[in-house]
Amino acid sequence: MLDHLAYEAPKPKVIAGATGDWELVIGLEVHAQVASKAKLFSGASTTFGAEPNSNVAFVDAAMPGMLPVINEGCVALAVKTGLGLKAEINLFSAFDRKNYFYPDLPQGYQISQLYHPIVGEGEVIVDMGPGVARRVRIERIHLEQDAGKSIHDMDPHMSFVDLNRTGVALMEIVSRPDIRGPEEAAAYVGKLRQILRYLGTCDGNMQNGNLRADVNVSVCRPGDYEKYQETQDFSHLGTRCEIKNMNSMRFIQQAIEYEARRQIAILEDGGSVDQETRLFDPDKGETRTMRSKEEAHDYRYFPCPDLLPLEIEQGWVDDIAATLPELPDEKKARFVNDFGMTEYDADVLTAEAENAAYFEAVAEGRDGKLAANWVINELFGRLKREDHGITESPVNPAQLGGILDLIAKGDISGKIAKDLFEIVYTEGGDPAEIVEARGMKQVTDTGAIETAVEQVIADNPAQVEKAKQNPKLAGWFVGQVMKATGGKANPKAVNEIVAAKLGL
Amino acid sequence: MSIDIDTARKVAHLARIAVDEADLPALAGELSQILTFMEQLNEVDVEGVEPMTSVTPMRLKRRDDVVTDGGYQDQILSNAPDAREGFFAVPKVVE
Repeated sequence: MLDHLAYEAPKPKVIAGATGDWELVIGLEVHAQVASKAKLFSGASTTFGAEPNSNVAFVDAAMPGMLPVINEGCVALAVKTGLGLKAEINLFSAFDRKNYFYPDLPQGYQISQLYHPIVGEGEVIVDMGPGVARRVRIERIHLEQDAGKSIHDMDPHMSFVDLNRTGVALMEIVSRPDIRGPEEAAAYVGKLRQILRYLGTCDGNMQNGNLRADVNVSVCRPGDYEKYQETQDFSHLGTRCEIKNMNSMRFIQQAIEYEARRQIAILEDGGSVDQETRLFDPDKGETRTMRSKEEAHDYRYFPCPDLLPLEIEQGWVDDIAATLPELPDEKKARFVNDFGMTEYDADVLTAEAENAAYFEAVAEGRDGKLAANWVINELFGRLKREDHGITESPVNPAQLGGILDLIAKGDISGKIAKDLFEIVYTEGGDPAEIVEARGMKQVTDTGAIETAVEQVIADNPAQVEKAKQNPKLAGWFVGQVMKATGGKANPKAVNEIVAAKLGL
Repeated sequence: MSIDIDTARKVAHLARIAVDEADLPALAGELSQILTFMEQLNEVDVEGVEPMTSVTPMRLKRRDDVVTDGGYQDQILSNAPDAREGFFAVPKVVE
């Protein structure tokens, strides 16, 4: 089985400065909410949009004496994610406290995994077009608690705090600085989201904040990055700034673009970039300093005394590995190789696991290319017009397959098939029965077609003369015959008979 | 390692503990003593000794991914100095 189609690395983005060219170096920390029912250390629900402070257990509210008990389901989903990113799974991991004060963090610390994360090094192949992809190394994935939510606009003098999200399990997926441009960064988040959704370990809903990213950006001169890759020595790279908490791919691109130009302007002015945390303001399209230097991060990490190390068994990991679905890269490679479709079409069909499953149901025992064509152009196109997803499709795979069968048998032409599709889409029903009941069947009876052709020739002697001079005009006759037969004549048969009768 | 007054002040601030300026020298002295004791412990040769996480061989307790708790907003908010419309209400904090 082929893991991935062959690819070449894309060129890094280059920004021309006043003193020469600059390149970007980007690493991301993606926070993905684990798709569990209960929280990481409590039995409270993770459901989004509940009454404020109703999905909160006493542990989450940090009531005195309450102790965390780990949710094994969250651990399994983190392991599954690691396996999906071809990463090493650490059978020994441990939890640490990251201490800071904020009203939406009642414990005064976040339980995280600094020293011994559950997942080690892996990779994500980020597709940047047919035959072009960036391999981004994953440094680690650790499990940690989410914080609550502060709302600042409900009262002029107060902030309102909802702890429903407090303690929900997050996977922090940390990449190496292998990303070389704003588009690559957005594509990386997109690819990660796709893999997580295939795995079912995170729903990837960015609007609800279930997937959000911190982006580290620095700039360097051409050639510096290659020196870093050779030596893994960060001193070849520029000072980085971290842009916090972005939940839109468009904002990620805009923020990186702005931040790179800001850093280049500082450096070309003879200044130096301060390592700091920044926030992106989507209204102004700029990044700005988030915290003052005096309050520089001092999280005073230490092992969480409430939790023993998390030790898992290889057999348990193997059981999880056995449940892994076919992942996007493999599926795409299989679609290209087995169905002979383009990489572009395979990308479209594998974007969501549901799309791919629908296509495979249609393609089963039929012409794969034709099936791909119909699913992408007719079905997806039609669904998109109404802003529907595949799960809301009024046409099921058996119905679409039925239409393709009618085309393959020569019962209907491609043009009639589109009309038939529209009928099935809006009214439902069995395609073969509709064709029968409404007399949409293609006329392949050559006798009937011959009669129609002869009629058109007899009615248009002048055109016949012209066609004998210019054989291209035969198309006009074909059109007339199709019109006369209500589009139901087999176009191939009409072409042949017209040519024969005109003596071309 | 010894803790000076500035470090003591910073540690107090990070822990959000209000310490009078006059109490800082004594506090710095106590913190220094604790660290000195730690340094003494560091002299013990632990080469090849596995870190001990528990005195008895225990396995981290786990639970299933099932919702078993929550649904008591009134109790969660009952100790709050100020709560409105189901939320904790705190003095405005905006980054």
